[in-house]
Amino acid sequence: MTMAGPGGAGGARVQIEGVHKAFGLDGRSTPALIDVSLEVQAGELLCLLGPSGCGKSTLLNIVAGFIPPTRGRVRVDGAPIAGPGPERGVVFQEYALFPWLTVAQNVEFGPRLMGVPAARRREVVARYLDMVGLREHATKFPVQLSGGMKQRVAIARALANNPSIVLMDEPFGALDAQTREVMQEELSRIQRVEHKTIVFVTHSIREAVYLADRIVVMTSSPGRVKDVFTIKLPDARDRFAAEFTRYESEITRVVKEEVAKVRE
Amino acid sequence: MIRAAALAGALTVWALVAYGGRALGLVNPVLMPTPGEVVEVAGTLARDGSLAQHLAVSSLRIAEGFGLAAAAALGLGLLVAVYTPARLMLEPVIEFVRPIPPLAFLPMFLVWFGLGETSKVAFIAYTTFFPMFIGIAAGLGRVDVMLLRAAASLGASRRELLRRVALPAALPSIVVALRLGFGLAIFVIVGAEFMGADAGLGNLIMEGRVFFNPAQIVMGALLLGLLGSLVNGLLQAAERRVLRWRALG
Repeated sequence: MTMAGPGGAGGARVQIEGVHKAFGLDGRSTPALIDVSLEVQAGELLCLLGPSGCGKSTLLNIVAGFIPPTRGRVRVDGAPIAGPGPERGVVFQEYALFPWLTVAQNVEFGPRLMGVPAARRREVVARYLDMVGLREHATKFPVQLSGGMKQRVAIARALANNPSIVLMDEPFGALDAQTREVMQEELSRIQRVEHKTIVFVTHSIREAVYLADRIVVMTSSPGRVKDVFTIKLPDARDRFAAEFTRYESEITRVVKEEVAKVRE
Repeated sequence: MIRAAALAGALTVWALVAYGGRALGLVNPVLMPTPGEVVEVAGTLARDGSLAQHLAVSSLRIAEGFGLAAAAALGLGLLVAVYTPARLMLEPVIEFVRPIPPLAFLPMFLVWFGLGETSKVAFIAYTTFFPMFIGIAAGLGRVDVMLLRAAASLGASRRELLRRVALPAALPSIVVALRLGFGLAIFVIVGAEFMGADAGLGNLIMEGRVFFNPAQIVMGALLLGLLGSLVNGLLQAAERRVLRWRALG
């Protein structure tokens, strides 16, 4: 596995240091994140897991550079971030495809901005459309695709820009259960080829156990890091294996404590 | 098909009322010109070349006034979209001026710009600017923040965000604003040409009133309608072409 570039402490690609986030409403500010510190290692798939409203998407948006933290900082490959950047690709729950561009043009969007020559762009588009199995849909527009296909395009678009980090915000949350499992399998397969550094936000424990190298469980609002699990399962995972189920129930127990707290 | 039938139907009703009413002595022939009379007037004016001239004068005024306003609305709409202080300064002024019926200012345009072309062009520009500006600014302001975020994390600069995301995303609203503005231009040119004009379709209509020639009035009105629907049709065709992806869903 390749290690982080200059300035990185060890293999840490993303360093989240003492991040607080509060949202102001009517002069009163509500804390969303309290003192979150995390490191994401190069080539690892890290899941942020927690009940809805725990601030996991807020944390992802801070790492993406869409919103600034109230306190603390985020460093990527040793350098503090200032706004969004092409080294951090993002996959959104609602796909966020450009509806006026074809599938191929969506995938080409990043490389075109980066000034990649046309011939090379065509290769890149073909490669990533093949990877997500959408080559024959290259000339279609997003409105012509199903939800699962749209998300495949969004993943291809993020990867085609060759980011060192991919941030995924509940990317399969809007899909039906069957499509969701198929997409998890595809992502797992792609990750075995691409070895990207991925931060993946989800509230599905099964999804996290299926995909993650490490799972960060967050407390319910305001969000803190509650627990971190390292998942030692083979790369191609079996959802029905005894070990898989053991991780699942162990993490479920931890998450349930948080859900119960919200109820009180 | 349905459109053609509806138009034919409307024409038939007109013909029935005009010819039938005359035959039965129910309609004063002077007050209700027949389709034949309108065509006759058009033919007479077309032969001496004055019809083409009136049409050209009006079209040029509309094109200039509408073109100026569209350019200004697009420029200021973009400025307001990217530069918040400009929005905060412009909004109250525009919200104050906008509800004033433009025709109320028409005499001022004649005072300021005289009886020549400038007053007509400026008046059309003034009238059509507001709805176009508001439509364009609103369209640019409504661009999905997720699309902007997606593009920014693919490496788009502010300039590229505007050119490659905000403009194409707002294109439907921009086209609608332009169609609205053009419709309004056709609407107000009549007023502008009623007052102190020596040519143009509005002037032709006014002349019809002064010389008591109802067929000429109706002809002028129909020509304006025709011009409006022609350009609207062109804009709609352009819209369908640019936004063809929307029809595929």
